[in-house]
Amino acid sequence: MSILVVAEHDNSELKPATRVALAAAAAIGGDVDVLVAGADVDGVASEAAAVGGVNKVLVADNAAYAHQLPENLAALVVDTASGYSHILCAHTTNGKNFMPRVAANLGVAMISDIVSVESEDTFKRPIYAGNAIATVKASDAVKVVSVRGTAYDPVPADGGSAAIEKLDAATDAGLSEFVSEEVVQSERPELTSAGIIISGGRGMQSGDNFAMLEGIADKLGAAIGASRAAVDAGFVPNDMQVGQTGKIVAPDLYIAVGISGAIQHLAGMKDSKIIVAINKDEDAPIFQVADYGLVADLFKALPELEALL
Amino acid sequence: MKVLVPVKRVVDYNVKVRVKPDHTGVDLSNVKMSVNPFCEIAIEEAVRLKEAGTATEVVAVAVGSSACQEQLRTCLALGADRAVLIETDEDVQPLGIARALQALQAKESADIIIFGKQSIDGDNSQTGQMFAALTGMGQATFASELKIEDGKAQVIREIDGGLQTVKVSLPCVVTTDLRLNEPRYASLPNIMKAKKKPLDTTSPDELGVDVKPTVETLKVEPPAEREAGIKVESVEELVEKLKNEAKVI
Repeated sequence: MSILVVAEHDNSELKPATRVALAAAAAIGGDVDVLVAGADVDGVASEAAAVGGVNKVLVADNAAYAHQLPENLAALVVDTASGYSHILCAHTTNGKNFMPRVAANLGVAMISDIVSVESEDTFKRPIYAGNAIATVKASDAVKVVSVRGTAYDPVPADGGSAAIEKLDAATDAGLSEFVSEEVVQSERPELTSAGIIISGGRGMQSGDNFAMLEGIADKLGAAIGASRAAVDAGFVPNDMQVGQTGKIVAPDLYIAVGISGAIQHLAGMKDSKIIVAINKDEDAPIFQVADYGLVADLFKALPELEALL
Repeated sequence: MKVLVPVKRVVDYNVKVRVKPDHTGVDLSNVKMSVNPFCEIAIEEAVRLKEAGTATEVVAVAVGSSACQEQLRTCLALGADRAVLIETDEDVQPLGIARALQALQAKESADIIIFGKQSIDGDNSQTGQMFAALTGMGQATFASELKIEDGKAQVIREIDGGLQTVKVSLPCVVTTDLRLNEPRYASLPNIMKAKKKPLDTTSPDELGVDVKPTVETLKVEPPAEREAGIKVESVEELVEKLKNEAKVI
């Protein structure tokens, strides 16, 4: 078997989600090549080559791929697909954007958002917002798969010395163009790769009150998240949302503050190793999944917590 | 400008689904079915384009069993002008749906096709992108704002870490994210009017497409239950447990 993993990156660094997809590739078994498509991606290519277990890194360095426009990226992956039994990517907004195009143009089904590899053609994936786990078997010749960012521990970033091969492909389909991007800049770790996350819900009562989480996040080196209720109420921007329709996270420690624990939210964080819930409603469903629950007024508990850390 | 909106009949989002005891799927008997919420946002956006004078016709389409007529009537009540059901009893999957829609688009020649970004049953997030690939169209997925200008769709997309703006030449595919709009409720007069709007039925055979699934579901299980832990009495006790018992801080 021979597997192609399409790298997730921002032209300057390889995202950890790529190494999770590589762990899934290792679970399938066989030679694993990585495709890095972007603009000025020498650094990303060297990073990918250093990852343990990678056989070969294919690099398509062209302005057409700078913003991962799905029409261009999918065409490149389809052109590169020949000879591979599996094509994998991370189940990120980017992976979700281009990968179904790859599958459709290859005339095969796609298996989205897998959480485990059962065999070379059988995978587990959540359905119904994580309320059920389906085991599915693909009968197509090529398996096109996206891997949930919390499915596996990422493979080590070092220990490999793969060959780097340049592709001179350059497809600009001319169907869409990039205009601009507003990416939130933060000193804090990214939600999907943070070891500790502290999230606020509707109980925070306002966006200003999220400042109370910041001091704690700084002391713990944590990322800050939010429930959909907090996002819908306009307290914080949507990129902070943890849940089925937001980010799926699985940190070592997840602290839910003023979050009732709607199924939508639980679907995004219940694989965290330790869950702490702070809520004044002792019947809140979040306590049913929390390892440590504290029934308390968050406006009293948060300053105390910050002082004790 | 014609807008085509593919919609899916799914279990209502308020229903807590249960896995069948024999693990063959989830129990959908006597469960309320609705228009997939993201598809409802797509219908709303299409109707707003018509109300703004940008679009001239809104066509809703579903691929599935005859029961989907119920959801298509809902779309008509929400403001779609007419509906098409591509009727099949096959358990259709994204690629099959995309192929059926491709064949329909060959007849309809819509200028913009607005999909929901995912359905809340399969959670695949594939059909819009697959349709775009098959028809050779550009796409703007996970839209939180859509404007039509000079033959192009300018779309703000929700991406990991922020927002991205792209321009896509028409005809194109847009898939909706949650914050694109808040769908209206169908009024009683509109529900009555919807009964008289045209709803045509065709089939994959008539359209000459194969919608047979290639992915087999071997079993469906409930997710691993997480055991509730303990309640702590104070912040001091919490910090002590996290440090000494869980050893995570």
